[in-house]
Amino acid sequence: MAKYLAKRIFYLILTLFIVITVTFFLMKLLPGTPLTNQAKLSKSQIALIYEQYGLNKPVWQQYLLYLAGAVKGDFGTSFQFSDQPVSYLISSRIGPSLQIGLQAMVVGVVIGIIVGAFGAMKQNTWVDSTTTVVSILGISIPSFVLAVLLQYYLGLKAGWFPIAEWGGFIYTVLPTLALGAQPLAESARFVRTEMVDVLSSDYIELAKAKGLSKTGVIFHHALRNSLIPLITIVGPLAVNIMTGSMVVENIFSIPGIGEQFVKSVLTNDYPTIMGLTIVYSFMLCVVLLFTDILYGIVDPRIRITGKAN
Amino acid sequence: MADTVKLPEDSFKPISADDRAALDSEKIAAPSLTFAQDAWRRLKKNKGAWASLIVLAIVFLMAFGSIFVSPHDPNATNPSYANLPSKIPGININGFNGTLVQAGQRIDAYKQAGASNVHYIMGTDYLGRDLFSRVLYGTRVSLIIALVATLFDLTIGVAYGMFSGWKGGRIDTFMQRVIEIILSIPNLVVIVLLILILKPGMLSIIIAIALTSWTNMARLVRAQTLELKEQEFILAARTLGERPMKIAFKHLLPNLSSVIIINTMFTIPNAIFFEATLSYIGIGISSPQASLGTLLNDGQKNFQFLPYQMWWPAVVLSIIMLAFNLLGDGLRDAFDPRTKE
Repeated sequence: MAKYLAKRIFYLILTLFIVITVTFFLMKLLPGTPLTNQAKLSKSQIALIYEQYGLNKPVWQQYLLYLAGAVKGDFGTSFQFSDQPVSYLISSRIGPSLQIGLQAMVVGVVIGIIVGAFGAMKQNTWVDSTTTVVSILGISIPSFVLAVLLQYYLGLKAGWFPIAEWGGFIYTVLPTLALGAQPLAESARFVRTEMVDVLSSDYIELAKAKGLSKTGVIFHHALRNSLIPLITIVGPLAVNIMTGSMVVENIFSIPGIGEQFVKSVLTNDYPTIMGLTIVYSFMLCVVLLFTDILYGIVDPRIRITGKAN
Repeated sequence: MADTVKLPEDSFKPISADDRAALDSEKIAAPSLTFAQDAWRRLKKNKGAWASLIVLAIVFLMAFGSIFVSPHDPNATNPSYANLPSKIPGININGFNGTLVQAGQRIDAYKQAGASNVHYIMGTDYLGRDLFSRVLYGTRVSLIIALVATLFDLTIGVAYGMFSGWKGGRIDTFMQRVIEIILSIPNLVVIVLLILILKPGMLSIIIAIALTSWTNMARLVRAQTLELKEQEFILAARTLGERPMKIAFKHLLPNLSSVIIINTMFTIPNAIFFEATLSYIGIGISSPQASLGTLLNDGQKNFQFLPYQMWWPAVVLSIIMLAFNLLGDGLRDAFDPRTKE
């Protein structure tokens, strides 16, 4: 286990190193300079600005400096906000994003499990068809369309929730719903399929034959075993939420990193884009590592050799 | 009771060989089906998938047919007819009859604009462009992007997966590590970075989506190849000295086809979704070109007062995504009957 863990962490660091390197050189390939009105500046002014941001050094030196900084969590200074370090920009904005993302994940998956389990229990009835329709709709409707609809109908028309901005818990409800729809649909579908499989297996027959109550069979034997593989889709779901949050945070004007990413892209704020790319892949790597380890612990049948089919 | 029924002698007679051949009970009733025919038969039984196939056929026909026949020019502006709601002749339901609520009163917007003799099925946008034509145009752009990106997905993903699975060993491990690294950055982030470098536009969106979406295909194809290459028919082909390229095309590819087709059905809606997201946040297709994403973005600005401008593209986008998802599910069941309960 320790050996496996060490190997995985080594790969995590390697991955992050490659991500940093690739984004750094991609950003160097970008056309144009960060100075929007270069014609209006004199040569000495440009030289001064370049020196301030360290852009006058050779590229390999810049790269090494960036790498050394990134290890310490320093991603340079934002081009857009002239005296704000990128790390500060990210750390002050990551809170809302994490909160909404985690809420969406938890709410989506928990409701998804309930919906999926009901569908499997009442297989081939109207309950089952309804859950199937709900899950396929949830997968098909993009989160940003859902966000706008929720904002208008529940926020503006019904007036139940604030339309935008960031305050207390009540402000997180609509974004959470918009982002949670996809995890809900995916996990409902997944749990239903798994559970239908499990329900037809021998040990369920045995449990029924022993005369256990129906709920006992469902909760103790069927649901537990169908939930284990659900861990494998947590990683992809996290990607979905990160992707969705970029647009959804914009719609609800939430001061999170997704909103910042889009803003930085539109204003060519390269250091911030790089910093956020690294933060996003770091979060995803951690989620993947965590789910892999958890899977090995929860299901002892899976041998931790890194080869799961 | 003891009496036995006496049957006349002549009701029994031996059958000749000709008669036996004509006998129904001896015939094999169902014609033997190939794998594709069998899958097609199962697909037709699946109502959702069958309906999706028809819906997609209609969508494709309309989107690409509008190159030749379009109700209006999608780019022709007509400011005096701006923001007309949708009006479908013969239907008198609020929302489809050309009326809208203004200052608390429902008024006929067409009469107000002096356009009582024309009708726009989906209404017009803020520049007076026919929304229906624009939705058709946008659907076409979205579909082209998705299809071309999927083509790359097919070539890169399948080739990568087959090569990795076939070679095995260190090469395989290395190639899988590369995929894991790509997968550890959210796709949208990579796409955004690539588009920044390539300058926003249709081509760069296609390239960016294509470069990121093949990983899933590669993984599935690899797993299947690993399984297949251990089987006897591959061993036979190798023993007979068949070249690897020929084995790949003649023996592996046909056996991989179901995995490939199914995965394609999930790649297409993904690509459509990415394109819509990019256009929605403003780094995708730029005007006057339109895609479903830009139409959604335009419509969302006026959603409070002119909700139809967002509803139409949103509904079309969702229907396309839904149809591809349902068809993908149906194909999976059709190709692999074991997964069906």
